[in-house]
Amino acid sequence: MRERIDRIAEPWGDRTPYRPGQPWPVRRDAHLTGDGVDRWVPAASLLHSNGDAMDVAVRDGRIVGVRGRADDRVNRGRLGPKDLFGWQANHARDRLTVPLVRRGGELEESDWDTAMGLVVDRSKHLLEEHGPGAIGFYTSGQLFLEEYYTLAVTARAGIGTNHLDGNTRLCTATAAEALKETFGCDGQPASYTDVDHCDTLALFGHNMAETQPVLWMRVLDRLAGPEPPRLLCVDPRPTPAAARSEVHLAPRTGTNVALLNALLHELVRTDRIDHAYVRAHTVGYQELAAGVAKCTPQWAARICDVPAREIQRAAELLGEARKLLSTVLQGVYQSHQATAAAVQVNNLQLLRGMLGRPGCGVLQMNGQPTAENTRECGADGDLPGFRNWENAAHVAELAKLWNVEEERIPHYGAPTPAMQIFRYAEQGSIKLLWISGTNPAVSLPELARIRELLRSEGLFTVVQDLYPTETALLADVVLPAATWGEKTGTFTNADRTVHLCEQAVQPPGQARPDLDILLDYARRMDFRDRDGAPLIGWHDAPGAFEAWQRCSAGRPCDYTGLSYELLRERGGIQWPCDAEHPDGTERLYSDGISWAAPDTCETYGRDLVTGAAVSETEYRALNPGGRAVLKAAEYLPPHEDVSAEHPLQLTTGRTLYHFHTRTKTGRTPQLDAAAPGMWVEIGAGEARSRGLGEGDLVEVATARGAVRARLRVTAIRDGLLFLPFHYGYWDTPGRTGPGPDGGRAANETTVTDWDPVSKQPLYKTAAARLTRIAPADGTPAPAPTTTASAPADPAAAPPTTGGPDALADQRPDPAPEATP
Amino acid sequence: MNPVETVLRTLHDDELALHDDLLAAAEDHRAEHEFHHVATDTARWSAEHARLIAAAAADRGLHLPADRDPAALTRLRRKAAEDLAPRPDGPPGLLAALTALHLAASRNSLHWEMLAQAAQAGRDGELLDLASRCHPQTLRQMRWTNTLIKTLAPQLLTAS
Ligand code: SF4
Repeated sequence: MRERIDRIAEPWGDRTPYRPGQPWPVRRDAHLTGDGVDRWVPAASLLHSNGDAMDVAVRDGRIVGVRGRADDRVNRGRLGPKDLFGWQANHARDRLTVPLVRRGGELEESDWDTAMGLVVDRSKHLLEEHGPGAIGFYTSGQLFLEEYYTLAVTARAGIGTNHLDGNTRLCTATAAEALKETFGCDGQPASYTDVDHCDTLALFGHNMAETQPVLWMRVLDRLAGPEPPRLLCVDPRPTPAAARSEVHLAPRTGTNVALLNALLHELVRTDRIDHAYVRAHTVGYQELAAGVAKCTPQWAARICDVPAREIQRAAELLGEARKLLSTVLQGVYQSHQATAAAVQVNNLQLLRGMLGRPGCGVLQMNGQPTAENTRECGADGDLPGFRNWENAAHVAELAKLWNVEEERIPHYGAPTPAMQIFRYAEQGSIKLLWISGTNPAVSLPELARIRELLRSEGLFTVVQDLYPTETALLADVVLPAATWGEKTGTFTNADRTVHLCEQAVQPPGQARPDLDILLDYARRMDFRDRDGAPLIGWHDAPGAFEAWQRCSAGRPCDYTGLSYELLRERGGIQWPCDAEHPDGTERLYSDGISWAAPDTCETYGRDLVTGAAVSETEYRALNPGGRAVLKAAEYLPPHEDVSAEHPLQLTTGRTLYHFHTRTKTGRTPQLDAAAPGMWVEIGAGEARSRGLGEGDLVEVATARGAVRARLRVTAIRDGLLFLPFHYGYWDTPGRTGPGPDGGRAANETTVTDWDPVSKQPLYKTAAARLTRIAPADGTPAPAPTTTASAPADPAAAPPTTGGPDALADQRPDPAPEATP
Repeated sequence: MNPVETVLRTLHDDELALHDDLLAAAEDHRAEHEFHHVATDTARWSAEHARLIAAAAADRGLHLPADRDPAALTRLRRKAAEDLAPRPDGPPGLLAALTALHLAASRNSLHWEMLAQAAQAGRDGELLDLASRCHPQTLRQMRWTNTLIKTLAPQLLTAS
């Protein structure tokens, strides 16, 4: 293993091969600038959902680097390129350091008293005049658990509004919903350690190499060792995972349910079913088998445009597996029939009886580092502690915990999902929208609509963030927030591993931790409980954590066995962690399904096509014993299909080097240089037939809007265009929207449509037209060559490298220095 | 026409009408995105039901036109327009549309119920299959409109 390598050019570093069942060998990655370190402070990654544990290096009160934690269960010392370099964005020159308020149309510098005074006056006025339904909160997948819980209590019991959701709605809502539909409750069944044991790994719409680079390193190390797992990959793009797969299916976008139904059909037809498991732990087998009876590979082949023989091979791979691990991400979640498709992957696992044992399980992935926490805390469309808003006893528990009347907690309907919050704002019934840690002016679909809505006179917007984002620039009040490394809190990754992230340095200027901002708001609003005491009785992160522990007690996400001390000492620990499981819980459902019983489940479920609620009575009749529910779903054609005017399918996604709307990664030199601007991907055959080539300047237009960028010719399936979704306008002359060069944010083109079950917007099923604006001038598209964006002709673009600034350490063994 | 055939004809016309009403309401409420798309998706079910009913009716010598005759169409359209038009004293637009759709689906559901019962009493396997295939989707249309009303009413009726 080399000691130092360019981690932009070689994002996954060197291999440490291992055999099935062995622990994943340690490789300690580090990136340090300058000489000497005063202190190492524990943290975990905030730039993807893997939850990689690291120590932050501090010198003279500044962050100067990071190193992976060798003792941690999640990453065993490794870090991804975003982790190695991304911390530098904390030092960006344009950090927000004072509150801003809009006066005479302009944002002006102000102070905390004035800014908070404005927000509180407006809130009180709206509550009096219009009631709690006039106030909405749209938060992040970037804050800490303590902050989400405080926000949830503020919104649900303080204001009493049903309008609280996170941008995790765009990212992980389908993961949560699919788990709820199948297992009656949220909570990841499997663990990352299942990669160490599996013999077959199926990736459904999951570009793991780019979205969870450290988990992909784990897979690469298995692939390099003896008895490697066999891979199945479903993705329309030629991802690094596809390249390593035994079977790669590249279906037309919007056809996942057809494909999955055909795979289920084949399992039933060849009777590769674990009948004993199905009998003991599930309901609904007959309906599922009947539902897929006509879904032959030939039928699916016509819909998905993949060879029937390949579908059969995929089914054989799944059917022959002895230890099957499936993972699911945005190719399913952000696509047509999202929940219906994700649920079919759960069905696959259940039919094969592959759950709750080493190497067997399903990972319904998250995209964001703290997405899981929004779900647990009820800062998205759920009630805290995975409680069921339709279950009176669950609401009563919360009311008792918060010492408020039950009526004060809105539970007359499901909490309002983000896209509907924005619709209410557009209609004018939501009049104050508080946006924390997210950038809807770039990340929501159909941006022209979103910009107009955010600008509208009738909507008062509060934006709490680190930088002058596109959204902040449109706000009425901007609150400067502290970030990772500047505040303390916990967060939980996709496989339920909780990490503690401690304050290492002071935030810049007057910036404050999100928790302090929320506590200040609650104090100024003077929220009281039933006895006249302050509704929120805590004052700092440890206090919020303890309050959350009480809320989580006895629920699936039980944190009562955890403490800051334990997390400091041991690194990541998986919930539930309580008196019975003091070391945490590696896998759920190892003794059967545990949270689907009618009295404990988080939801009674929804119709997978219409989103209609299943009633409590129906659920009790269907599933009295609380087993897993096998839910069939019929395939529906996508809502937007190609036409003469818009002949190409259009999908969006992300690249390895960026996160979100580049708020941080665009301010990190190595990452910015690796993928500096927008591009458009097209397949080689499609390009040839249209007379287009690498570097042509093109316009991609849909019924909503258009973007302009250079063309990258790749091995993506023909008939499909791809746009990376990270690029916005803060670093262009337009600042908040398209300037003279036309649109550059992918979401100019995407459609306002969402999955009726999970309410997650569809970013992967638009129809578009492609026009050449100017021929190439010799400049290739600014797309990386190390990823799914690699040119079909390797000579078409120079390889992506990072140079001396991108050199990082990697060592096979934990360095002898003590861990903090 | 025997009484069962009358039910078939009624159901056929009403499924076609629900199909049209769903599409019309989807068009009127394009900006209510979830409603728009699901209405369009479930309209397909009603069209399919009408087709299956017509096929079953044809087997017993009863001809049900795939396109309704213009007079009936106008009558139905007028009725639909009345049903769907927001009443001055009624709830706001989308809630009114959902109410009308829910009532139309409930009416169809009752007719499916009648047909299924008649099929069982008359040991008519073909009709029973037809009802068991279609009726669940009608019930789903009802649950869906009900869910949307429950979800949207608090905001649309209280926060103006
Ligand atoms: S980049 Fe994608 S996957 Fe990641 S958090 Fe955002 S929406 Fe989720």
